[in-house]
Amino acid sequence: MGIADFAFYVFAITVVTAGLFVVVSRNPVHSVLWLILAFISSAGLFVLLGAEFVAMLLVIVYVGAVAVLFLFVVMMLDVDFAELRGEMATFVPFAILIGVVLLMEIGLAITVWQFADTAQSSLMSAAPAADDVQNTAALGQIIYDDYIYLFQGAGLILLVAMIGAILLTMTHRKDVKRQDVLAQMHRDPAKAMEVIDVKPGQGLS
Amino acid sequence: MLSADISTVLPELILAVSAMGLLMFGVYTSKDKAAPLILWATAGLMAVLGLWIAVAGDGAQTAFNGAFVDDAFSRFAKVVILFSAALILIMSQDYLAKQNLLRFEYPILVALAVVGMMMMVSAGDLLALYVGLELQSLSLYVVASMNRTSVKSTEAGLKYFVLGALSSGMLLYGASFVYGYTGTTLFSDIVASVEGEHLPIGMLIGLVFIMTGLAFKVSAVPFHMWTPDVYEGAPTPITAFFATAPKVAAMALFARVVFDAFGATVGDWSQIVALISVLSMFLGSIAAIGQKNIKRLMAYSSIAHMGFALMGLAAGTETGVQAMLIYMAIYVTMNLGTFAFILSLEKDGKPVTDIASLNQYSTREPLRALALLVLMFSLSGVPPMLGFFGKFWVLNAAVQGGLVWLAVAGVIASVIGAFYYLRIVYYMYFGEETDPLDRPTSPVLWGVLMVSAAVMVLGIVNMFGVEAMAKAAAVALVN
Amino acid sequence: MAEFFSTPWGIFVIIVAQCLAVVAFVMISLLFLVYGDRKIWAAVQMRRGPNVVGAWGVLQSVADALKYVVKEVVVPAGADKPVYFLAPLTSFVLAMVAWAVIPFNDGWVLSDINVAILFVFAVSSLEVYGVIMGGWASNSKYPFLGSLRSAAQMISYEVSIGLIIIGVILSTGSMNFSDIVRAQDGAYGFFSWYWLPHLPMVFLFFISALAETNRPPFDLPEAESELVAGYQVEYSATPFLLFMAGEYIAIFLMCALMSLLFFGGWLSPIPGLPDGVLWMVGKMAFFFFIFAMVKAITPRYRYDQLMRIGWKVFLPLSLAWVVIVAFLAQFGAFGGAYARWAIGG
Repeated sequence: MGIADFAFYVFAITVVTAGLFVVVSRNPVHSVLWLILAFISSAGLFVLLGAEFVAMLLVIVYVGAVAVLFLFVVMMLDVDFAELRGEMATFVPFAILIGVVLLMEIGLAITVWQFADTAQSSLMSAAPAADDVQNTAALGQIIYDDYIYLFQGAGLILLVAMIGAILLTMTHRKDVKRQDVLAQMHRDPAKAMEVIDVKPGQGLS
Repeated sequence: MLSADISTVLPELILAVSAMGLLMFGVYTSKDKAAPLILWATAGLMAVLGLWIAVAGDGAQTAFNGAFVDDAFSRFAKVVILFSAALILIMSQDYLAKQNLLRFEYPILVALAVVGMMMMVSAGDLLALYVGLELQSLSLYVVASMNRTSVKSTEAGLKYFVLGALSSGMLLYGASFVYGYTGTTLFSDIVASVEGEHLPIGMLIGLVFIMTGLAFKVSAVPFHMWTPDVYEGAPTPITAFFATAPKVAAMALFARVVFDAFGATVGDWSQIVALISVLSMFLGSIAAIGQKNIKRLMAYSSIAHMGFALMGLAAGTETGVQAMLIYMAIYVTMNLGTFAFILSLEKDGKPVTDIASLNQYSTREPLRALALLVLMFSLSGVPPMLGFFGKFWVLNAAVQGGLVWLAVAGVIASVIGAFYYLRIVYYMYFGEETDPLDRPTSPVLWGVLMVSAAVMVLGIVNMFGVEAMAKAAAVALVN
Repeated sequence: MAEFFSTPWGIFVIIVAQCLAVVAFVMISLLFLVYGDRKIWAAVQMRRGPNVVGAWGVLQSVADALKYVVKEVVVPAGADKPVYFLAPLTSFVLAMVAWAVIPFNDGWVLSDINVAILFVFAVSSLEVYGVIMGGWASNSKYPFLGSLRSAAQMISYEVSIGLIIIGVILSTGSMNFSDIVRAQDGAYGFFSWYWLPHLPMVFLFFISALAETNRPPFDLPEAESELVAGYQVEYSATPFLLFMAGEYIAIFLMCALMSLLFFGGWLSPIPGLPDGVLWMVGKMAFFFFIFAMVKAITPRYRYDQLMRIGWKVFLPLSLAWVVIVAFLAQFGAFGGAYARWAIGG
């Protein structure tokens, strides 16, 4: 067993174990932490596959951003998970039914699966031909040259998501004092301040 | 190569870029005060693009290695989508302004939704399909819950979002099966990789799931559950939008997928389409009978109409596609008129959607009542209105395609459906006296209502050339 | 003996030795950095600073470290123990791990990977977990609030750091640090480095680095006058030492990044003088001096101002810069100063 095989088993076992603990942990914060471990181990698997760019993106995007959001949510929202679990029990039979149906379909598909004669050549045509292209450059070529249309379309979807989030949540309260940084910086002390010479015993009128 | 691609997608590009430009304009100027301006600019742009596509479009081009297809079929759908969306935008201005809902993001979201629809009808690739569909759906989720102080509106948005996400998931699940079998997402390669009369099992599962996802989007039974609640909860102009452009886009996409990607095995999907068609027709017609809210009624009405449109598709022939396109064009025109009427229903300045409030409407507004009468007759398919010809086309296509049972079922369903359309007419002319509604003032709504009703009557002469255009579109798709 | 080093075990031994060398370098620097930081701070405030342990107090840091290690570890009663101890470990280990891809001289690098810059970025985006876990596991209000504040701060500034880095990557055409430094090797010495073409981003990067590492004037997480000590309130002894060491190592890493990305790494500023590791170390020391000076002479930012400057000023500026650099590089503006793919990648 070479070092690569050894590393594969370490990462693979970690992913599966961490995934298991995500589900069985009683504490939701622990679940998220296990999830992070699963992410990092799968990044390791990507490195073993030679896809170092995808591995790094997985860490940066999922661990560095998405999982932090998860953590924030489970830490700050007052969600009673026990109660949620209790409600879930009523739907379990239904959920199992759907799961079994979906599994059966996959099983059906796998047992009698056949590939189209053209499948192999179609799959290969997507990858850049040259062997010496780094996978970062290869990905760039596929995403920004071959699939530019879909990439831009996905960008529009994100734009809509952003507009939607702002439209549905932002409120402009009129009764709140807001800071105007420029106005503050351009304030003139001569106009904003007045020095009054108060005579003893007279006070301000 | 890229410049050729760009000139092919130029209409979509122009619309998307202008939407972004208008967004910046709105954000950095007067925010919601600029909304009417942005709204009219968007509507005008959509109308111009629609004209341009209708006049200048020619032949069939593909762009981006086949992910985008510009042919007569997609142009037909795009023209209908663009014009109906532009009209809806103009119709919604007064209503939304009165409800204090005229946000400047609204026309921009509609424009982006339209971009998504145009991507959908031009999709030549499973991924392009999905991206277009998501762009459209996401914009619609947002506008559905735009009235965020109303519980019903937010409920509508949430329901639509959850079920829409579920349907997208099913679509993707199906798409992954198809990809797993063929190793490609391109429609032309998918259809080329299938040999023989029937699909292999993996592809069949994929097809079923893709069709499930699409049936959600056209709100066909049994995936219609979201429709009544979303139609009722969303602000009325947005309901009107839901009932028109997205339905055309989803229907065209449906046709595009089954013919472009699975066109070699018509028998495999035609039976599924026939089943959901007959279910939709009957459920739409029967469930609408008990409705008291006109928006819910229109929801069931649209479910039934989708059933009829699917009947054309089920035939699996060129005539069938032509019938479906004609049916959708007529359906959109009828719905625009009907919603123009619904938008003008007000009592004490507040919108009303109760059917009972229409009692004795004809004595106060005879012309409007007459226009709605025409539209209702047309919706139910009473000759000699245009709606009858739409139904005639699809029934004819079904019979020609060997689906006589489906055609018979369609006739029965349409007789049942006539009951609730005629009930509205009954209320207007013979209902009991109740508190009168406000006198509607908007000239735009009046115009749309009248024109739409007039089309229903005058269109029987030659359908304004739609027949020939639909024919060209169907030829482009099926061959 | 020579054959031994080409067997798997021999390679293993070499790798371990190299790792130890880097760790030793960083740890020893750490001792003197803490000392230097305090001395500079003291000098600005006209104090003498540490001056008792060893000559001029140079061994003060050693004494402090020893004291931390031998003290008793106090764990709060309600703390989530595993996470409580995991937090300082995370923060220290991650700060060390990033050094694996930092070259000190041409070829002097533990792991010369293609995506080195992404690796550093990924690791520094993980550092936020040390803070969040520490604050949460302490099971106490102040640390939790402090950790939320600093997590939000670190994430906000990561975005602009990432975009600034993209500008440099665009110019180089590679994500490897050695390639980035080689791309800055030119006939004009000091003036061929990236700081000149990417001038505005040097300042943005420096300020973002201050915020990312929670240094003053952005030390909101600690903010000793407001939040006691932020997320570390409940930590003492060795775990606290790990937190603090991790923080200083991260700062030192940022100094290394500054010199690699914008100031030519191990390259000599004057054409003709030999390049070498001394230049790299000197540059890192210089940037640390700047960090220390900023700490000494600037007042602390208010939290909303910090967020405002991160999201509303830095993010748009760095985003715009990416687009500008892309155009300048594509069209070879300024004699190709922005497009160095030929020499770099």
